Amino acid sequence: MEYFIQQLANGLTLGSIYGLIAIGYTMVYGIIGMINFAHGDIFMLGGFAALIVFLILTSFFAGIPVALALLAMLIVAMLMTSLWNWTIERVAYRPLRGSFRLAPLITAIGMSIVLSNFIQVTQGPRNKPIPALVTDVYHFGAITISLKQIIIIAVTAVLLTIFWYIVNKTPLGRAQRATEQDRKMAALLGVDVDRTISVTFVMGAALAAVAGTMYLMYYGVASFNDGFIPGVKAFTAAVLGGIGSLPGAVLGGLLIGLIESLWSAYFTIAYKDVATFALLAFVLIFKPTGILGRPEVEKV
Amino acid sequence: MTLGNNSMSNDTILKVEHLSMKFGGLMAINDFSFEAKRGEITALIGPNGAGKTTVFNCITGFYKPTMGMITLTQKSGERYLLERLRDFEITKVAKVSRTFQNIRLFSGLTVLENLLVAQHNALMKASGYTILGLLGLPAYRRASAAAIEKAKYWLDKADLTERADDPAGDLPYGAQRRLEIARAMCTGPELLCLDEPAAGLNPRESAALNTLLHSIRDEGVSILLIEHDMSVVMEISDHVVVLEYGQKISDGTPDHVKNDPKVIAAYLGVEDDEVEQIEEQLDEGRI
Repeated sequence: MEYFIQQLANGLTLGSIYGLIAIGYTMVYGIIGMINFAHGDIFMLGGFAALIVFLILTSFFAGIPVALALLAMLIVAMLMTSLWNWTIERVAYRPLRGSFRLAPLITAIGMSIVLSNFIQVTQGPRNKPIPALVTDVYHFGAITISLKQIIIIAVTAVLLTIFWYIVNKTPLGRAQRATEQDRKMAALLGVDVDRTISVTFVMGAALAAVAGTMYLMYYGVASFNDGFIPGVKAFTAAVLGGIGSLPGAVLGGLLIGLIESLWSAYFTIAYKDVATFALLAFVLIFKPTGILGRPEVEKV
Repeated sequence: MTLGNNSMSNDTILKVEHLSMKFGGLMAINDFSFEAKRGEITALIGPNGAGKTTVFNCITGFYKPTMGMITLTQKSGERYLLERLRDFEITKVAKVSRTFQNIRLFSGLTVLENLLVAQHNALMKASGYTILGLLGLPAYRRASAAAIEKAKYWLDKADLTERADDPAGDLPYGAQRRLEIARAMCTGPELLCLDEPAAGLNPRESAALNTLLHSIRDEGVSILLIEHDMSVVMEISDHVVVLEYGQKISDGTPDHVKNDPKVIAAYLGVEDDEVEQIEEQLDEGRI
């Protein structure tokens, strides 16, 4: 039983990170119907931005409190990746809006390659380790929960609340949902659609940066090809939860995190990805739009 | 009435001059000119395929016209060339709003949210592009309350108050039509363009629509509408422009247009020489 709860905690942590990345996929898909394959690399960039901030902080301000350092890493990473994603949207996706559907998809794959190679060239191909930032652990009987797990889950929960509020309760979110449903009509009602789409990319990137920082803090290492596997997992999470649905992305992320850690704990770790994708296939057979996805109803 | 004091040009809200629109080799609109007066309901009629919707699409920025000039004069005297504005600026800056022949509501948003999206620009400014809004500053709260107040006003006019929190897609057809008009009004337009607002309505819904349109005109908003239903056109419009094959064939009061042989020919599809016969019949009062 303790073992199970322990694995549950590990799964939730991993799932939170997947969920944060998945939101970026799902929001961009929702608003312009495009899979942003560069999003995983945006997540990786966020990790590197945090790493660089950490190195600067520790070399110039030795003895800075860990909480402050983490906050600075988080904020700078969010700003940096937002700028990156905004630029990518501006130069690589916006000019292709209105062309055939495959064009932005291919561009996104191109951007993904550009980003990971850019980091490989500028930061080197080796893994970049950082010392453990948060080392506190709490014991509840035989269960061990580390402070970093608590931080990850708490930060995810807080950010999700804020983003849920923005999307559902603010004029910006209303404009996003309106743009999602009928872009031309939204423009006719005075919504600046291009700006709304840019903001969506920025929001997705900010969440990916948080995920990147958390990933760096959790595993203590960053690498130029870190974006690929978590990116694919998060994309799977978005599809599993129902692409286009915000709660669906989080649910999908948590489910995948849980399956991975429980499968590794009780069966064989080698097959954890098989288990994840088998579940995806299984769900899509019975619910093609994902767990929380709404089928698209065209009313004439 | 203060209108009499204004210069002639300020009485005209919309002036379309030498408008032409070409799709490939097809001349959809050919050298079309007309004016719409401020505070009036102007109807644009014509047989199917005459180019009415194309004219609308040019005015509201959906198409860039091949040739011609579309001038909008606001109450303040400010002038805009509509064909040069970007799509969202036509609503935001020039204050022209439109509805569509097929309903284009945001069906997943609630009725109230549909009306709030239409007030997006004012709300965005007040919320400091969302950042200040998250902090719940009083200026944003005031703007938000004002937006809801305005939405309620139009909900009441369109008789939709009870459905405010339902998804727009769940409303019956006639109610969706009224909601589209209410939403267009929430953008605070000076000119409202309606594309076949009465299409598919039953007589009772049609009467409710007429009441709504009259109350909009009484607020000083000018209306330009396309309509097939002649009874609606004759009942509510002050000025009628008739279009056939992309060209204007008649322009005047409903009575004038109704008796114009060219219009009758266009609608009934008679040969040119039969027009004279119809004119004779008209004189005898048989039609």
